[in-house]
Amino acid sequence: MKKQFRLATLLVALGALMLTLSGCGKSLSQQDVLQNDRKANTITWGVKADTKLFGLMDVRDNQIKGFDVDMAKHITRHILGKKGKAKFIQVTSQSRIPLLKNGNIDAIIATMTITPQREKVVSFSNSYFDAGQSLLVPNGSKIKNVSDLNKSGTTVLGVVGANSVQNIKKFAPKARVLELQDYAQALTSLKAGQGVALTTDNGILYGMAVQNPGFKVVGGTFTREPYGVAVNKGQKPFTNEVNKAIKEMEADGEYNQLIKKWFGNVPGFNYKELER
Amino acid sequence: MITILSDHWQELLTGLGWTLLSSVLALIFSLIIGSLFAIMEVTESKVARTIARIYIEIFRNIPLLVITSFFYLVIPMYVVKVNGFTAGTIGLTIYTSAFIAETVRSGIQSVDPGQMEGARANGLTFWQAMSNVILPQAFRLVIPPLGNQFVNLVKNSSVLAFVAGFDLMYQANNIASITFDTINSYMVVGVLYLIITMPISYYMRYLEKRLA
Repeated sequence: MKKQFRLATLLVALGALMLTLSGCGKSLSQQDVLQNDRKANTITWGVKADTKLFGLMDVRDNQIKGFDVDMAKHITRHILGKKGKAKFIQVTSQSRIPLLKNGNIDAIIATMTITPQREKVVSFSNSYFDAGQSLLVPNGSKIKNVSDLNKSGTTVLGVVGANSVQNIKKFAPKARVLELQDYAQALTSLKAGQGVALTTDNGILYGMAVQNPGFKVVGGTFTREPYGVAVNKGQKPFTNEVNKAIKEMEADGEYNQLIKKWFGNVPGFNYKELER
Repeated sequence: MITILSDHWQELLTGLGWTLLSSVLALIFSLIIGSLFAIMEVTESKVARTIARIYIEIFRNIPLLVITSFFYLVIPMYVVKVNGFTAGTIGLTIYTSAFIAETVRSGIQSVDPGQMEGARANGLTFWQAMSNVILPQAFRLVIPPLGNQFVNLVKNSSVLAFVAGFDLMYQANNIASITFDTINSYMVVGVLYLIITMPISYYMRYLEKRLA
């Protein structure tokens, strides 16, 4: 009897803990982000830190650098004025939505494709970059395009939480997909031969190919992946400001400058196609 | 939580299966390897003692994630292809065996030395004395700490998620990233881990009561 009572107490305590946990994080994300940010003169952005060209940690000065980061800085300046500060928090494909939901970051600008499923949980700005999914393979690989992967026994590498792993399951349903924690680990796994190809958006893959001469991007793009800035639902004023900032940047040529700065020197990549 | 369970029970079941398989394999092998190194630590041979000490100190003091990544990323580059599940299970086995070795050694050393002397005086060889006299008593003494190691092993098997080993944690990450329902995904998996570890805890307590 006594034992059962103890077990019941334990279960009740556990249940209470779960309820508290599921209640967390709502209050922060429901406040008006734009107002808070104006007050603090700071916007907190979630950016990638393992993705060359978009957001990569520079170990020499501990700064995250890339196209997404520069976009975020410019958007911040457009919204808050010249003295506005952009704060950066490192996210992965997997952690970005939870971090946004619990209020750790105000917005995500981290190679995030606008998809219908994601639009159910977050709001997106207009697209700020047009990517498409592609493949990275070692030089000399027999794989030429995505249909070469559609055989049982082939293993494709991707990243947890990335849209690309859902896509590859559609385009090559027979292949086995391994989902790694982040792009750095996915690339190391490709080098270690854990899979025959790494799939994600072309921009990210070209960044890897630049750093790793033994690898190349093949097969062109087989999906369209428009990147958007994600913010919490119910933050309409903030989303509008972001859209306005992107539009202003496109109109006054800032956008094209950033495109040229980051993608102008990538071999095999025609940056003119990306200009707006 | 119910929707996660009903929509993703297949993934969760696969995850549970791989976690159990990895845990059982690692448990068996780490118990064997751990006991061997424990015995080596108490033999008279200085070489055996030194080898055991080096093994235990190295693998007890390196994070499990480092050992596993080594097998997943480095070994395939130079030696032989190892998939995520195997790398994770090898890592778990090596890591846990170092702890089990220490646990079992403490058990052996807390058996009265007179037992060994008596057994040897009666004509048993070292190995006979060890397996028939010392080890049965030693294992009885170390059941509680050994139980801790087993529970830790099951929980540590979540390292498989990092190397795409299809275990519970890997499935949890995937489900969370598909459904965006992070809290419930991890809670379901937490409960599933409890379902594995609680019986171990209770069984160990039962053994402890019955034997000690």
